[in-house]
Amino acid sequence: MAILLFAEHDNQSLSDQTAKALSAASLIGGDIDILIAGKNAGSVADAAAKLSGVRNVILAEGDTLEHRLAEPTAALIVNLSGDYDTILAPATTTGKNVLPRVAALLDVMQVSDVIEVVSPDTFKRPIYAGNAIETVQTTDATRILTIRTTSFAAATGDNAPAPIKTIDAGSDGTGLSTFLENILSKNDRPELGSAKIIVSGGRALGSAERFQEVMTPVADKLGAAIGASRAAVDAGYASNDLQVGQTGKVVAPDLYIACGISGAIQHLAGMKDSKIIVAINTDEDAPIFQVADYGIVGDLFDILPELERQL
Amino acid sequence: MKVLVPVKRVVDYNVKIRVKADGTGVDLANVKMSMNPFDEIAVEEAVRLKEAGKANEVVAVSIGPAQAQETLRTALAMGADRAILITVDGPIEPLSVAKLLKGVVADENPNLVILGKQAIDDDANQTGQMLSALLGWSQATFASELDLGDTTAKVTREVDGGLQAIEVTLPAIVTADLRLNEPRYASLPNIMKAKKKPLETRTPDDFGVTVSPRLRVIRVEEPAGRTAGIKVAGVTDLIEKLKAEAGVI
Repeated sequence: MAILLFAEHDNQSLSDQTAKALSAASLIGGDIDILIAGKNAGSVADAAAKLSGVRNVILAEGDTLEHRLAEPTAALIVNLSGDYDTILAPATTTGKNVLPRVAALLDVMQVSDVIEVVSPDTFKRPIYAGNAIETVQTTDATRILTIRTTSFAAATGDNAPAPIKTIDAGSDGTGLSTFLENILSKNDRPELGSAKIIVSGGRALGSAERFQEVMTPVADKLGAAIGASRAAVDAGYASNDLQVGQTGKVVAPDLYIACGISGAIQHLAGMKDSKIIVAINTDEDAPIFQVADYGIVGDLFDILPELERQL
Repeated sequence: MKVLVPVKRVVDYNVKIRVKADGTGVDLANVKMSMNPFDEIAVEEAVRLKEAGKANEVVAVSIGPAQAQETLRTALAMGADRAILITVDGPIEPLSVAKLLKGVVADENPNLVILGKQAIDDDANQTGQMLSALLGWSQATFASELDLGDTTAKVTREVDGGLQAIEVTLPAIVTADLRLNEPRYASLPNIMKAKKKPLETRTPDDFGVTVSPRLRVIRVEEPAGRTAGIKVAGVTDLIEKLKAEAGVI
């Protein structure tokens, strides 16, 4: 049978999380169609069509799909589900919002946050904030999965384009929710999810001003994304979308620099797959040093400016 | 307006869990159990709605072993009015939980159900969305702010790029994210009072729901560990190592 991949995008560009989830789909095997639900999202469909191993791109456009509200988007996927035995999406906030709704409507138990495809019906996923890894086999006729994209390499995106089929957006599930506004953080930095280098700050930064002052120059020098621990976000030093951890974003950059982060279990769950971890902390017994490749015991207010100067 | 709050009994978030040597699961013997932290936030939000005069009754419900009564007593001590326990021994999947909760909703007729966005044991992040689907209701997941009106609610959601505000038609499902509120500690007098609040016990059979799992757990293992690296003397040393040894800058 076939696989349907529900794409992550913003109506203008296709997120590389889709290309990563596509790699997971390829490991399952079968014909793969990518669903673009959105509005004026033609360029997204064009980009998706060029990803390797795609049979068709299905483009559904309409006002109700512009922001991919859960109810109409889930209804759309359910209407398409008869042709597929596997439906998957990257485990973004959109994927997590929509797919369980699809699963319940199809009477299927979803497998969340897949980190490894063992066989077409068997998957590994983290539980207990990543402190244990569970291997589960689905017994449902349809498999519904969200994919933790940090565990998969992106499929290439420069292939002969697959056909794009336009379908009707439908009206099922409309009228329940209304989009009001997006309050998105604006910055020119790379996205946390795809950044090669992340500089991440903890409670030790002490205030939102100092977080900005000390973290920004280093991140600028390195072309890095900025992340934060839950403690720093809860204290208001950084915005919620910067939170790295089991309940925030799960990241796996080439280089992760943890500044003034003690290394709570839930934070480690969000970054321990990074290639190289650097920890800067005044407490030499901080748990972060147990996962760090390189550690500096010292005051980040001395070390970060020094690092910025020497880079 | 009646608000229903489902709560789950899970391993306390401070406990460092251990995987069983035979790979069949996580060792739960003699481990401290508590209410799922996201569910505490959900209870707090419901109680605040009652205190603000926007809700008149808060009903807590839990699905789990007999000991989940303690979790419900915690919810009652925080300010819920009464509680329902549906007793199920052994693990239960979100899909079954959603089906049982649908039955509770049919009995109780709440206008709003607030759940935690995920439980910190199975980390599934599914139950609220599934319940919403089964009921055909609107859903607002990952809420960091809830403004409840008479027929609609405005909800600010934590999404990947920042925040998103949506309006949902009631009845609705809301799932709580970390920053929706800071849950209170129950006071001793309230803990005493909670012991006298009504707690009703039901079974899945009462709702005609079978709870047999759809996912077969084949194995549970420790994650691949990282080994601690080295401490470096200073910034110069660090940059040298990152360039020459690690090749990441």
